[in-house]
Amino acid sequence: MHKIRYIALKELFHILRDFRSLLIVLAMPVMMTFLYGYAINMDIENIVISVVDLDKTAASRELTDRFFKSNYFSMAEEAPDFDDPEQLLRSDNATAILLIRPGFSEALQRGEKFQLGMTVDGSDASLASAVQAYSDAILLQFLMDRLPVGFEPPGLTVSRQVLYNPDLQSSHFFVPGLVAIILLMVSALLTSITIAREKETGTMEQLLTAPVKPYQILLGKLLPYIFIAFIDGVLVLIFAQTVFDVPFQGSYLLLLLFGFIYVATALSIGILISSLVRTQQVAMMIALVSTLLPSVMLSGFIFAIKNMPFLLQAVSRIVPATYFLKIIRGVMLKATGVETLIVPAASLVGLMVILLLLATRSFKTRIG
Amino acid sequence: MDMTHDGPLDSKRCAVEVDQLTRKFGDFTAVDAISLRVEYGEIFGFLGANGAGKTTAIRMLCGLLLPTSGTGRVAGFDVHRQPEMIKKSIGYMSQKFSLYPDLTGRENLEFYGAAYGLSRDRTRTRVEALSERLNLACFLNELSGDLPVGWRQRLALAASLLHQPKILFLDEPTGGVDPVFRRKFWGLLYELADEGVCIFVTTHYMDEAEYCGRVSIMHRGQIIEQGRPFELIKSGGFENLEEMFVDLIRSRGAARA
Amino acid sequence: MAFLKIDSLSKSYGETRALVDFSLEVEPAEVYALVGPDGAGKTTMIRILCRLLDPDEGKVTIDGRDVDSAFEKIKPLLGYMPQQFSLYPDLSVEENLTFYAGLYGLTGQAYREKRDYLYTFSNLAPFAKRRAAALSGGMKQKLALSCALIHDPKILILDEPTTGVDPLSRRQFWEILLQLKAQGVSVLVSTPYMDEVARCDRACFIFDGHKLSEGEPDSLAAQFEGSIYYYDTQPTAKIIGDLNGIPDLSASRFGAGMHLYLKPGDKLDRYLEALGSIGADIDRISPIKPSLEDRFIQLMEAR
Repeated sequence: MHKIRYIALKELFHILRDFRSLLIVLAMPVMMTFLYGYAINMDIENIVISVVDLDKTAASRELTDRFFKSNYFSMAEEAPDFDDPEQLLRSDNATAILLIRPGFSEALQRGEKFQLGMTVDGSDASLASAVQAYSDAILLQFLMDRLPVGFEPPGLTVSRQVLYNPDLQSSHFFVPGLVAIILLMVSALLTSITIAREKETGTMEQLLTAPVKPYQILLGKLLPYIFIAFIDGVLVLIFAQTVFDVPFQGSYLLLLLFGFIYVATALSIGILISSLVRTQQVAMMIALVSTLLPSVMLSGFIFAIKNMPFLLQAVSRIVPATYFLKIIRGVMLKATGVETLIVPAASLVGLMVILLLLATRSFKTRIG
Repeated sequence: MDMTHDGPLDSKRCAVEVDQLTRKFGDFTAVDAISLRVEYGEIFGFLGANGAGKTTAIRMLCGLLLPTSGTGRVAGFDVHRQPEMIKKSIGYMSQKFSLYPDLTGRENLEFYGAAYGLSRDRTRTRVEALSERLNLACFLNELSGDLPVGWRQRLALAASLLHQPKILFLDEPTGGVDPVFRRKFWGLLYELADEGVCIFVTTHYMDEAEYCGRVSIMHRGQIIEQGRPFELIKSGGFENLEEMFVDLIRSRGAARA
Repeated sequence: MAFLKIDSLSKSYGETRALVDFSLEVEPAEVYALVGPDGAGKTTMIRILCRLLDPDEGKVTIDGRDVDSAFEKIKPLLGYMPQQFSLYPDLSVEENLTFYAGLYGLTGQAYREKRDYLYTFSNLAPFAKRRAAALSGGMKQKLALSCALIHDPKILILDEPTTGVDPLSRRQFWEILLQLKAQGVSVLVSTPYMDEVARCDRACFIFDGHKLSEGEPDSLAAQFEGSIYYYDTQPTAKIIGDLNGIPDLSASRFGAGMHLYLKPGDKLDRYLEALGSIGADIDRISPIKPSLEDRFIQLMEAR
């Protein structure tokens, strides 16, 4: 339909001639990936603790060393006050205090039981559990290293093999999700203003008297943005891979193909918003709110969908990021194949069709 | 009640007197040696195509732009050396930009009073006086953006009269207004003129130009015709001022783009 | 048969009645002017004609087709020029033209020929590559008109196309409209300028959503009831007062002189004595044709 071509060409002119906006559109996603990628780092390291060594033996010093040689702990700058040791925790100068009482080294040599004391600031629960887990691990390793060679402690052990992300680096988990969310938001923003702008500036009045139908206007406006958003996606992916070292196990082609579909769906959200709304400002606000919040909370980005109440699980089904998260994590981390990915991809296509139908229905051919 | 002054003005004094007034912008001569003499109590129409130099000329007369050469006095002040004094002595009304639509009539007037440097008491007195004279009472408490065009014009006129200027510049003051309102508005202008105010009007509406006492027609920076409408029409054998205008410009060649 | 037929159109915005039972017909190859001030209902009516607004009551047909139900068939016949400039400021003159031509199905050689023809009367050729935002007001009007004409419409609807434009440019604009009429196009123009009515075939006055009068320009003004004279003398308050003192005569200042109004059927001769007694100079009193504005005001005051 050559009328769609004319609308698309005109839209391309608008995009290319608004150079500053174009720059922002290409630079913004990359910057966001950078910022959020570094900010969302769930790995807990460098926990501040204070070790009070009252034994002052070679053994106690070695134990203390082990705590601080690891990345997990770092030394507090102040020592606790003997009259009020908890003050150190209250004032946030340390998360935990480890007390090595006198007699530690002797008990060790004699093979007797000995109790170390640890006071932990539990106000940050995940931090406190990390302290417990890490310190247990360090203690255990300390003890194991003192055992005679060849000695095996009895009991069950679990042979664990962590696939796909052996170091459990959180960035591998978050960055692909981040890519999905940023793409969704930027795409919706891009198209959200295009129709609203024609209404605001008055050019819609002339367009409505020309022999062109709403679906032609919508599709024509959609097309150029698919390419722009796609370029955005590629840029963000390259950036994520190089800066955050996220691996790419699967097929590039597959991700590109499905990425195309995802971006088109995201753009359709913007088109729908633009059809409904009269001013550009409102369109942008709605685009931001309707994509950012739901995708961060409900798509499985941080919080598992299965843990959510039923209503929210239902809502997550209309968030495009939910489907693409499966796709991108699958392709990048697990090398998932087409057979598995075709399901979320089809859902995206379905979502896009519904969005465009709604947009065509709600497109007003009247002024005022 | 005298709308503008606390006493009569000597109507023989000259309100605007300029000689060979010129303004250049680089190589471009926007206003080319115009000469004018307008007295207090006159209503003077300023006609010409867009780009003929009307706006530039008026800016110089209002003290907003310094001339490149030529001499002139407006309200007794020199156009080269005393533009600030000129600004204080004139009132300016522009259809498009005068009033804030989000403010009520009264708030707009109070704002302009303050902008002109009037004290609060003085502003209040003037607002009451003008409101009575121009029948604005019922519109003072409405948002000026909600008012019909004609009443907005009246309000804008009142705003330009707050500081009792001796010279008024009105830019297309009755565009789009209905004919009855236009006649009434001009009735107000005639009253002002009788009180000695000198009024400059620019307009594209040739019918309206005939309401003026004298008109001048600018073309390519020069004044190519000046005189009383009735005489200009009769001496050329035209039906009305519009025909005279068109014929005159056509004979001079195309206007600037 | 009328090309454009407007039948009892009514439209209200809440409490405000923008159009009240308005009817109008425009013949093929006719230039029709809709004259009235701001707020009279001109834009409302034009928007209803172009299906940009729905009326509360009434019907509009163009070329026998109902605007409400068959607008897609009407679109190719209709050229519209809205009151505010509605083309794309970041596109050039040429790009705007190509875009709209494409939507109307005009491409290739046929498009180029039509475009060049439009360039000759609009003088826009030297500005073909200039962005629309950088054009002067007058050039914007010409571009808008060109876009409305690119597809050879049978009816042209223009909403205040000459507002803010000087009389010479307005004349040129009207000359273009008359050329179109010669080609068989119907033209409906709205304008607040009474003096433009003189050049159309028929006109009507619209005020407050109502039609006040309709007819050929000369007859419209001639319908003025009474007669008007121009008295070429200094319009002092005293003379005006004296003149108004004469019964059945009314006077008002007009420009550098005065207008004298007489009732229908009355003659100036009846007042020679009265005029002489107040010192009026009869030789400076001459009859003038009532203007359209005079008639409009008369009709407005009658409502």
